[in-house]
Amino acid sequence: MSLLSTQAVAKSFGDNRAVNNVDFTVRQGEVLALIGSNGAGKTTLVNLISGLYRPDSGRIDFDGRDVTSQSSYERIQAGIARSFQLVNLFDQLTCLDNVALSIFSREGKTLKLATLASRDRAVWDEALEVLRQFGLDGKAAVPAGGISHGERKLLDVAVAYALKPKLLFLDEPTSGVSTREKAPIMDIVSAIVRSGGITVVIIEHDMDIVFRYSERIVVMHQGAILADGAPDEIRRNDQVTTTLLGTHVTGEAA
Amino acid sequence: MAAPMQRPLLKILAWAVPLGLALLAVPHVVGPFHTLTLMYGLVFGIAVLGFNLLLGYTGLLSFGHSAYFGAGAYAVAFMVKYFKLASMELFLAGSVLVSAVISIVFGFVCVRYTRIFFGILTLALSQVLWSLAFKFFWVTGGTDGLRIPTPWLLGMDPGTDKMEFLAFRYYYYVLAVFVLCAIVMWVIVHSPFGKALQAIRDNETRAEFVGIRIRRYRLIAFVISGVFAGLAGALWAPLNGLATPDVLVWTFSGEIVFMAVLGGFHNFIGPIVGAVAFTYLKTYAVGFTVYWQLLLGTVLVVLVLALPRGIMGMVEYLIAKLRRPR
Amino acid sequence: MEFLLIHVLNALLYSSVLFLIAGGLSLIYGVMRILNLAHGSLYAIGAYVTAWAIGTAAAAGAPNAVLFLLLPAGAVAAAAVGAALEPTLLRPFYKRPEEYQLLVTFGLLMIIEDCLHLIWGPNPLSAGKVYQLAGSVNIGTSRYPAYNLAVIAVGILSALLLWAFIYRTRFGVVLRATSQNMRMASALGVNVNRIYIQAFTIGCLMAGLGGAIVVPGQSAVLGMGVEALVLAFVVVVIGGLGSLEGAFAGALIVGFVREAGVALFPEVELAVLYLIAAVVLLVRPAGLFGRGER
Repeated sequence: MSLLSTQAVAKSFGDNRAVNNVDFTVRQGEVLALIGSNGAGKTTLVNLISGLYRPDSGRIDFDGRDVTSQSSYERIQAGIARSFQLVNLFDQLTCLDNVALSIFSREGKTLKLATLASRDRAVWDEALEVLRQFGLDGKAAVPAGGISHGERKLLDVAVAYALKPKLLFLDEPTSGVSTREKAPIMDIVSAIVRSGGITVVIIEHDMDIVFRYSERIVVMHQGAILADGAPDEIRRNDQVTTTLLGTHVTGEAA
Repeated sequence: MAAPMQRPLLKILAWAVPLGLALLAVPHVVGPFHTLTLMYGLVFGIAVLGFNLLLGYTGLLSFGHSAYFGAGAYAVAFMVKYFKLASMELFLAGSVLVSAVISIVFGFVCVRYTRIFFGILTLALSQVLWSLAFKFFWVTGGTDGLRIPTPWLLGMDPGTDKMEFLAFRYYYYVLAVFVLCAIVMWVIVHSPFGKALQAIRDNETRAEFVGIRIRRYRLIAFVISGVFAGLAGALWAPLNGLATPDVLVWTFSGEIVFMAVLGGFHNFIGPIVGAVAFTYLKTYAVGFTVYWQLLLGTVLVVLVLALPRGIMGMVEYLIAKLRRPR
Repeated sequence: MEFLLIHVLNALLYSSVLFLIAGGLSLIYGVMRILNLAHGSLYAIGAYVTAWAIGTAAAAGAPNAVLFLLLPAGAVAAAAVGAALEPTLLRPFYKRPEEYQLLVTFGLLMIIEDCLHLIWGPNPLSAGKVYQLAGSVNIGTSRYPAYNLAVIAVGILSALLLWAFIYRTRFGVVLRATSQNMRMASALGVNVNRIYIQAFTIGCLMAGLGGAIVVPGQSAVLGMGVEALVLAFVVVVIGGLGSLEGAFAGALIVGFVREAGVALFPEVELAVLYLIAAVVLLVRPAGLFGRGER
């Protein structure tokens, strides 16, 4: 059952064909890794699907509907959420506030200006619970600008997760994080999305992470999909290994 | 974390009650000059509270707030001149309506931009109003202005003693409206909407990707902000007795910004403190030297260089330091 | 027919002065991303210094040629003030949110306005002698002040010189590079601080020149800077902030619309200008030649 599919989607920036007639599908409930060298078009593809850019041509279907012409707002309402490679958080607000905002927004409560936000216990309780799941409840009262980089990456995911999306894009969730912190972060994220049955697409450069946490891998190169399959198939695919990984693969079995 | 409001409420009451009592006693304790100065301060306080919803909470610096303040003032003047009205309640209602309409129109154009461009636009648009007030002198009285007599408060005749009216009855009226406006703004700022505004201020992209429609929210904040300024303008009109284009000129917008910066725009009370402080500062500066602009300009430059968080910023810093004696 | 020509000349006159002011504002913004709210005050400095220089020289019985030679005095003074201001009062703010620039330049505006008051008093300062000395020319059956033609010439000449400077000199290349990507330019070895102070000085020179050449035709008065700034804003909003072509086009549009307004509907002249600005912003947000930055 495909939750998302793009058909012949293309986007150019000037002369640069960032995304070149891509047919990309994501099936309900899967955890998919989107990999490729820098400039392969991964982030552009995600930007197209989440609504940051409009495609030059092609079509995007989500949850049975054509969303190609929909704004990012409408796509979020439809159930797409994302985290960012360069963390985007509300730095002056507390971690709890950051997550609570997603919940307020999800429930359509952000236009309420005549009631005190603190009164809505349900929202705050849920926000604290989300923080707890991500291991950040100790930092609930700390401004988002004041926590460590690894914690910020987790919070970025938490904020997107709190929207209870159907499809979650994680754009390099461990970039900039020290090697020994990467696995703990991915363990947390992975456990949460699996228990919630959320469909996830992870953009990653770290091959260890990719092979360990994903069920399916899509490889992009120069704006097009080069390969698509289970981790083992990809590992054995010579074309992939030579363009991306050099000739020697070191990924562990999942 | 999301603790119930009791504790902070008690802390607020601890200083709000004595302050409230002091404010109530003012007309009986100090002379009319000081009472009037404080009134100007409170009136501007309402305007700056509104202004700061945009700056401190939404991250938009408007350099054209004189437009809404002036619109409120001229609305009162027109109601006096053309509709022969005298009720302060009608004045307030009229100015709210007029400033709301103008801020919706101006806001619609302006919220498509941010930062400096937003500032320029707000300034240019306020000058449209200024030029209309200036040029259409047969309607607006031009630079001579339009007179505003003492109004009827809650259906009561102001009487013939203008000074007595202004320094006593009108003072309490202004104080009451001020307290109401402060409470309303406080609720707005602490509402889910207020949180959403702060989110937009902190990170536009993230706010959008959490499902907040940025332009719409900015516009709503803009209109609320404009209405507060318009209301302040209406209260100011009988106090000043005269509505002239000076209340619309862009340098007056600059003074509003000055007040917010002086008090500290990073918290709730800062704007109020700034408005009162600036009013006193300007009153004494004008009385002290004809080169008061030089004085105030220097204060602003020093403020921005050395004390960007304003008076309340300094107060918070000192309190924090006192709490941790090292 | 001759009345039309006179109106056209008046419009060009106004446009020339506007171009100098708005062009300076745009140049500074384009290179440094600084919007100087005190820019109009530098125009006022130009007017006051030139008027004072000419007035003093005339009173001392200086020959007429000297009076003309003193015209640029205001431009030089404005440039000097700019060169002094940039490193002291503006540089501390480059790393801070841009709203603070608006605040500090607003403070500067108040300071400069009162300094002019302090130095030269509340009364207008005139350099009318130069205006009279230039005489007048015949246009059809009317006589038109020759000085105005000189101003128009200065305006056109400045535009050409500036264009050549920006697009045909090495310094201009560096200037454009810095304005497009300051970090890159710096990484390539450009002394950004020096470029900034130079760009700022040129911008102030332009504003001061605008004031200097306008003052023989109209006296220097308090508040002229405040008024000029708003007009410069309108030009820049229409033409596009940061673009010299935009300042040129915007100045022409504003000059002609204003002249049409003054001739046909005097009351709404100013309001129409601001309204045009608003319409341009709705239709083409970055201005006619702007870069489309938000």
